[in-house]
Amino acid sequence: MSAPVAQTTGTAAVAEAAAEHHQGHHPALQHHFENLEQQADAATLAMWLFLVTEILLFGGLFVGFAIYQTWYPELWHAAHKKLDPVLGTVNTVVLLVSSFTVAYAIRMAQLGKQRATSWLLGATIALAGVFLVVKYFEYSHKIHEGLLPGAAFSHAELAAQFSNAHVFFSFYFLMTGLHGLHVLAGMIVLGGLLWKNARGAYSPEYFTPLEMGGLYWHLVDIIWIFLFPLFYLIK
Amino acid sequence: MTTEAPAPATAELRGEPAPSYLQEPRGLWSWLTTLDHKRIGILYLISVTAALFVGGLFAMLIRLELISPELSFFSSTLAYNQAFTLHGAIMVFMFVIPGIPAALGNFVLPLMLGAQDVALPRLNLASWYFWLAGSALMIGAILAGGIDTGWTFYIPYSSTYSREGDAVLLALGGVFILGFSSIFTGLNFVVTMHKLRCRGMGWFRMPLFLWAIYATALLQIVATPVLGITLALAMVERAFGVGIFRPELGGDPVLFQHFFWFYSHPAVYIMILPAMGVISELIAVHSHKKIFGYRAIAFSSLAIALISFLVWGHHMFTSGQSQVAGAVFSFLTFLVAIPTAIKAVNWVATLYKGQIALRTPMLYALGFLFVFIVGGLTGIFLATVSINLHLHDTYFVVAHFHYVMVGGTVMAFLGGLHHWWPKMFGRMYNERAAKLGWLLVVGGFIWTFLPQFIMGSRGMPRRYATYNMEGLEVHQPLHLMSSLGAWVIGAGMVWTLCYLVYSIFKGRRAEVNPWRAVSLEWDVPSPPATHNFPIDPHVDFGPYDFERIDEATGLIRPGPESQRLLAAAAVKTLPPGAEEENSG
Ligand code: HEM
Ligand SMILES: [Cu+2]
Repeated sequence: MSAPVAQTTGTAAVAEAAAEHHQGHHPALQHHFENLEQQADAATLAMWLFLVTEILLFGGLFVGFAIYQTWYPELWHAAHKKLDPVLGTVNTVVLLVSSFTVAYAIRMAQLGKQRATSWLLGATIALAGVFLVVKYFEYSHKIHEGLLPGAAFSHAELAAQFSNAHVFFSFYFLMTGLHGLHVLAGMIVLGGLLWKNARGAYSPEYFTPLEMGGLYWHLVDIIWIFLFPLFYLIK
Repeated sequence: MTTEAPAPATAELRGEPAPSYLQEPRGLWSWLTTLDHKRIGILYLISVTAALFVGGLFAMLIRLELISPELSFFSSTLAYNQAFTLHGAIMVFMFVIPGIPAALGNFVLPLMLGAQDVALPRLNLASWYFWLAGSALMIGAILAGGIDTGWTFYIPYSSTYSREGDAVLLALGGVFILGFSSIFTGLNFVVTMHKLRCRGMGWFRMPLFLWAIYATALLQIVATPVLGITLALAMVERAFGVGIFRPELGGDPVLFQHFFWFYSHPAVYIMILPAMGVISELIAVHSHKKIFGYRAIAFSSLAIALISFLVWGHHMFTSGQSQVAGAVFSFLTFLVAIPTAIKAVNWVATLYKGQIALRTPMLYALGFLFVFIVGGLTGIFLATVSINLHLHDTYFVVAHFHYVMVGGTVMAFLGGLHHWWPKMFGRMYNERAAKLGWLLVVGGFIWTFLPQFIMGSRGMPRRYATYNMEGLEVHQPLHLMSSLGAWVIGAGMVWTLCYLVYSIFKGRRAEVNPWRAVSLEWDVPSPPATHNFPIDPHVDFGPYDFERIDEATGLIRPGPESQRLLAAAAVKTLPPGAEEENSG
């Protein structure tokens, strides 16, 4: 019996044994991973790479913004005065607090406090909602004043001073709009996590999706941290 | 639990084939919802091949038109412009970029690593569906009247002039989505290579194909999002006129070119690096000799990836960029030649005194070497500012990028396809038929594109439907030659498709390791079972240690450690009930 696995049974039999072997594991473990730790490592790396792509996606807009600011510095300065720094500050605080609540939610999951996790996730979603409501008021004010991209621009005072004043508002709406879409996506992601958490999907052994959602939410926060001074605090 | 006996799936375990991944599970639905990287690779293979043929059809139409200096085949110059735009866009975004990584790479990457699958199987499937969705939008653009912007979507063609407004939006949206498909593939591969290498599989035991795929994947992750935002901005510009790219609204069209090439130059390395990886495998395996300069080849891939981000301005020497910028971009472009030459030299050194077997994959590799080197060297001509001013937007450029993309990537794709075909489908193609196909493709290629270098250097501009103006008609004989060659390539492609498909049904059954290769995909049945490896493998050899081949069986010999584990696995397998596995 030096070649104990008979040629005829070889692969199939061993495959069965392997399959049985996997059944003894945590239900969240996917078949191609050896253990939850490896699975979590892979998810984390993937998430960070995804965040890199997000940053580069916004990167194009940031570069464009910087170029046009150097070309039209007076326009940039005059136009930014039409934004409301108070509302901008409020939104910055709101997002910062929401980053805290999501981080705390993960901590609670690590400690196995399922209800606290749910509450904190809920709070994060609520804060994201506040952010969007504030944004809604800002946008409607701009629309009301005709501070819009392209042909829709109809702000007489700025139009009299600058030939292409609308470009600033193109950047404003594109960048904050894309960010707003990310906030919305974040609310959906966090909502899904809340729902699963309420059904007991996470435990101190397994809370990778929560961590991934948290990473994503921090990114949304950080992008705003850059948008805020760039638009609202131009010197 | 810890004694789960890592062992190679060597001869003893291979045995009678378990149902292969092609057979089990059954049904179309199981294919459309599969999470198996091998099946996703096959789905991609079918899709990109279809794209190659559609794009090829447009190429044939272009060449038909150019036989005569007057407008002859197309009803208008607009129709001609649409044909070359769709040809370029389909070939680049639907075929060459996903071609090698997503079709061949998906199939072999986890097998080569000794992994059971890619790290994120669902994302992998999503990537294919994104490819389908993006391609559907491209087809939609054709149905909506076609686009005539050129595959580069330059402003103001794409923002203002192209006559079919909706079609441009559809095409931009399609390429945007195809970009995400590409990002998903790259991201998945990076994570897989970092986290799922089997026991003993150090970075320097990975086949060089994987190093190339790794460098490619980094480019896909870092460059493609910039294309995404650029195309999104172009769409917004077209739809609403936001004044970021359109000069009459305060924007800058050259900014679009910068953004576009910031992606698209790295993208040409997304197209060629995987091809270079394939060539490393083909050359080493089919000359049965340890690759010369493993680390040099591995690191040159990373070097190319890095430098490729710093050279985009060489597409814009005539766009009014400053002379300083021109000189810097020119110099940086020259630098790319160094890592590229390192590869070429190492390949040739590998061939030296190897046991070269002139099988089809090797023939394609040799074809690649000759043709690609011409493509690469003419790139150096083009990177020289003073020469570029003369050659820009001439047929010299067309010949250059076809030498690289067709002579390079398509040839490596075909070589790799023939190399892994026995593994994918468990069948051998007819070697003589394949040699004929090779002759048609390589011969037809040179026949088609060599004349274009000559025409271009003599001033024949590209993207012209007619050339009946003063001084240009002299190019007619060369154009005719080029058009005839195109039919030879076309015939070679159709022929290749025919004998390959035929072999799936009628071909001789393939052995486990027909080429006597030493990477892990040759250590599982042909075709592989649904579950890649019965037991997570363990390697104690490098991918080019050909002395590990057992001459008698043609299989990889397990090392002492593997043999011990193998025996342990076998003992555990025999009495299935007697395991302590599920006691807990
Ligand atoms: C069957 C072989 C092929 C033939 C005969 C062919 C022929 C042509 C011709 C005649 C043009 C138009 C040149 C001009 O007027 O500017 C062209 C453009 C182009 N081809 Fe090909 N081609 C072939 C395969 C490919 C492949 C496989 C690729 C992808 C790697 C490719 C990529 C391109 C690109 C990017 C352009 C430029 C399109 C543009 O200017 O927008 N071609 N080709
Ligand atoms: Cu380039």
